[in-house]
Amino acid sequence: MNKNLIIYLLILIFGVAAPFIFPAFKVQLSILCVLIILAITWNIQGGEMGYNTFGNILFYGLGMYLCASVQVGMFFPLAEWTESGGEKTFVHTPAQFFQGFAAGLAVAAIVPTIVAGLIGYSILGLRGHYFAICTLGLGVAAGEISGGIEIIGAGQGFTTPPFPNIGSLEARGEFFYFCSFVTLVITFIAVKSIYTTRFKLVLNAIRDNEDKAEAMGIQTMKYKIIGWMISAFFCGLAGGIMGGLVGYIDSTDVAFDGREMGVFMVLMAILGGKGTLWGPVIGATIFHIFKEGFWTFFLGWQYVALGVLIVVIVIYFPEGIMGWLREKYPERFGEVVDEADRKAQVELK
Amino acid sequence: MDLLIFQAPILMVQASMDGILLGILFALIAYGMALQWGVMNIINIAQGDLVILGGYIAYFMYLYGIHPAWGVIVSPIIMYFVGIGIYKLVINKVVDRDLFISILATFGISILFMQLMNFAFGADVVLANSGYGTTMLFDNSVTLPNSKIFAAIISIIFAIGLVLYMKKSKLGRAIRATAQNARAAKILGVDTEKVYAATFGINAALCGVAGALISITFTIHPYMGLPYTIRSFMIVIVAGLGNLPGVALSGMGLGVFEEFADYILGTEFRIGSVFLLLVLILVYRRFKLSKKREYLK
Repeated sequence: MNKNLIIYLLILIFGVAAPFIFPAFKVQLSILCVLIILAITWNIQGGEMGYNTFGNILFYGLGMYLCASVQVGMFFPLAEWTESGGEKTFVHTPAQFFQGFAAGLAVAAIVPTIVAGLIGYSILGLRGHYFAICTLGLGVAAGEISGGIEIIGAGQGFTTPPFPNIGSLEARGEFFYFCSFVTLVITFIAVKSIYTTRFKLVLNAIRDNEDKAEAMGIQTMKYKIIGWMISAFFCGLAGGIMGGLVGYIDSTDVAFDGREMGVFMVLMAILGGKGTLWGPVIGATIFHIFKEGFWTFFLGWQYVALGVLIVVIVIYFPEGIMGWLREKYPERFGEVVDEADRKAQVELK
Repeated sequence: MDLLIFQAPILMVQASMDGILLGILFALIAYGMALQWGVMNIINIAQGDLVILGGYIAYFMYLYGIHPAWGVIVSPIIMYFVGIGIYKLVINKVVDRDLFISILATFGISILFMQLMNFAFGADVVLANSGYGTTMLFDNSVTLPNSKIFAAIISIIFAIGLVLYMKKSKLGRAIRATAQNARAAKILGVDTEKVYAATFGINAALCGVAGALISITFTIHPYMGLPYTIRSFMIVIVAGLGNLPGVALSGMGLGVFEEFADYILGTEFRIGSVFLLLVLILVYRRFKLSKKREYLK
């Protein structure tokens, strides 16, 4: 237990110090934090509950649009803002910017949670691949429809308020890094503490056999919806931060980007290992490093690489890194191993 | 809607005719989807990208001076081998696995195809001009491009041909046997591996035909694949597996729905309305099924 605490402390210290050690990579580190949040929240559905969703991108995009809209709408008329596009006629003062961002984040977290609760009852009743395709459709539909709404920029996109000039040039990167890092820490602690309760066992029961779980007297629908709402909460937050970080929101390329983020979160969780706490974190980190390397050195071929990567991971590596480690060193995962039994099994093979 | 029928009867007729002709094309793609879903139990997200690839084959023939209508014959032949190639490389490893694995793997293929087509053919919206002219109906108030009528007729011919092939030929019977029970078919000497490969090839060939027709009648673009996948998925779940008249009917229904959505909501909401319809259909299906479950209780 003590050893674990030290490891957590080391990671925390590294996280706080990271933007000062690698000042050139602040934006990348913030994106990494957002990616980890998305992977962890996807894992609640895909890994623990057995509901493979492509639809968490809906909450991410919703959070992104809501955060930016509230941040602008609190002080200026939203329609005129989006109409003016890149040319800024309105300028936030620093106080307005931070107040707006805080209020925006609150809305970005709460509204997607409510949306998840509302649509959860009808959508989480679908099983297996119907659920997967339905959520895929939901994400794409949201992107297409938001691309037709005039007040949030329609097809031409929505420019989020520029960061106010408060002295240091480094302030913007540091601000968004610490926003995303703190959110990540909160997400991790929340999910970790959830995973120690009965709630996780219920989710696993749903994954293993939903009908049986229902027959045992578990109100599966209630737990499924709560699980989805938790995901939506953190996805919305991540989206809000990402919107401010990117500085420009486009309906299909940034917010409801099913082709990138929507697949990334699935891929990261699977790469790290579904159904584990650390899997998505490791998967997201490795994926992000790989992705950035590829995006930088093989620009243009990145989607080809992404397609190949998806196929290879899904076919040859479906258990992920944690699954592979677990098979290799079961003792480390607290599984009791009977050496004689294991040897007998090996001989049988 | 009631109002529209009185206010703009011509528009109604126009939209319905367009929708039905479009829907026949959708039904052809959905037929391929139903085939592979029924036989191999995989859902192919790359279906739409196969369609677009087939369209580009016809477009290239058009660029090199051959009439694009010949694409209807050339494209399925090329696409058949593309399909077999995909099967040998990827699909044969996901056939027996969880459905989600096949969804994700084909999603990967879809992204790969999109980008490769983007490199090879550029990101422009293109159209192979068939030069077939248009037919005017009802005092020139309803216009029907002849290419759409041509596309519908060719689709019907291919669909009927395939149905007959499935009924009569040896391979067709082997495919149907495998769909019913793969293990029993294996025991009785059907080489299921070959059957799967052929099924996927036939599916790809159907996509090739549909793609060639789409490149003549509508436009193609490397990133337009996913809506076709979703449409065919939707048609299959509405009709049910193995229900061919149902596939044709729901295909036409979807086509009509889309044209009306286009006219009433505006073109920018067209794709969005298709995806929303998918969600609505699935949700409706879920409540219908849960009602059935309550009776059992």
